[in-house]
Amino acid sequence: MKGFAAVIRRDLTLAFRGGGDIMTLLLFFVMVGAIVPFAVGPDKALLSRLAPGIVWIAAFLSLLLGLDRLFRNDHEDGSLALFRQAELPLAGLVAAKVIAHWLLAALPLIVASPVLAVLLAMDAPTWLRVVLSLVIGTPGLAALGAMGAAVTVSLPRGGLLAPVLITPLALPLLIFGTGSIDAMAGNSALLLLAAVSLVLVAVAPFMAALALAVSED
Amino acid sequence: MSSVAEKPNWFSRLANPGQFLIWSRLVNRPLAVVTGLVFVAGLYYALLHSPADYQMGETVRIMYIHVPNAWLSQFVYGVMVVSALGSLVWRHPMADVSMKAAAPLGAVFTGLALYTGSLWGRPTWGTFWEWDGRMTSTLVLFFIYLGLIALWRAFDDQLRAGRIVAVFTLIGAINIPIVKFSVDWWHTLHQPASVFTPEGPHMPMSILMPLLIMTLAFTLLFTSLQLLSMQVEVRRRRLATMEKRRAYAAGTPN
Repeated sequence: MKGFAAVIRRDLTLAFRGGGDIMTLLLFFVMVGAIVPFAVGPDKALLSRLAPGIVWIAAFLSLLLGLDRLFRNDHEDGSLALFRQAELPLAGLVAAKVIAHWLLAALPLIVASPVLAVLLAMDAPTWLRVVLSLVIGTPGLAALGAMGAAVTVSLPRGGLLAPVLITPLALPLLIFGTGSIDAMAGNSALLLLAAVSLVLVAVAPFMAALALAVSED
Repeated sequence: MSSVAEKPNWFSRLANPGQFLIWSRLVNRPLAVVTGLVFVAGLYYALLHSPADYQMGETVRIMYIHVPNAWLSQFVYGVMVVSALGSLVWRHPMADVSMKAAAPLGAVFTGLALYTGSLWGRPTWGTFWEWDGRMTSTLVLFFIYLGLIALWRAFDDQLRAGRIVAVFTLIGAINIPIVKFSVDWWHTLHQPASVFTPEGPHMPMSILMPLLIMTLAFTLLFTSLQLLSMQVEVRRRRLATMEKRRAYAAGTPN
């Protein structure tokens, strides 16, 4: 358990010392949302109808953008080989890194979501449901991303491949995530979103650990 | 502990790469002939000897090509999952070879299912593409196949790639049912399943028979193509090893 917390603390410290990473991700998230009105026109009714989907796509893209730093640096500087000798099982390490990744890449987006809510003419109840769906759904996205990052960790040009691999698998999260924002049928979608997210979070550490172990051999 | 090596069982003997090349070459031609004959019989029944549908007319005949491809799009993924387990659990090189050979075949069959589906959708639904449940999940499956092929191609060392691709194949296998369920939940316009229902098939024998023959024909086609591309892959690996050995020999002064 001590090692688990230490890994999370290490990743957070690295991200904060490195500087700018979180801000860049936030900027990207807000910009993706902000360019949509330029593409479809500033019609408020249309924008507020599209808003939940836009926020989810922006969150999805931002999470994909940060994937590469999940295991690649550790693989390249050899920390991953050391982690494999540690008392903490590899699956535990992956779980800790997924939590750190979520804190660094998803939580800031949820905090920044009011900005997009204003820009995209969302009303307060819709915004609350968007936040709720992001809180429930993004851990699943982070877990899925960890699996993609682990599979491509030993590839020098894996940066583009991981998103291509996991995007089709992320479809359920996107479907239930945006579905849960609908006020009428939203509650059942919210429960299904929670179910999918929990399954992914439960499976991901083991599958990603398997992929990492296979890649290092 | 006996000093005599245990005699390998029939499966290990068949799956030995050298043995595989010998027996699969003997099988190639007869299997191709059988596949051709079943295709002739199936196409005759499907195109000439079966009635036109009273609603869809002659376009119902697209079904005899469409349904076998759709069946194979899922069957091939099943073959890949079994091979992935063989690769991860027993580390068998032929499991890697089978997994690699199946991916492009699966992609082609899935692509054909989508293509014939949209050709069929045009006269019956009035549109080439509809975002309905089954079409969407087949499209997602198509993307997964293409992703797997891209993953194979990204590795220089195909021997190391096998087990990593196997892990991702299993990740996909866990996710595909979830994707299918979510897409069904999302939208349904496609007619409900009508071949395998608890009360038996919902279609007359005159349509079911050609459909089953065509399904058998396409499955035989997949089997022969799979064996053929496995042979090619085994040879390709041997060639790579020989080239490596020659380069090594050329580089070492004697």
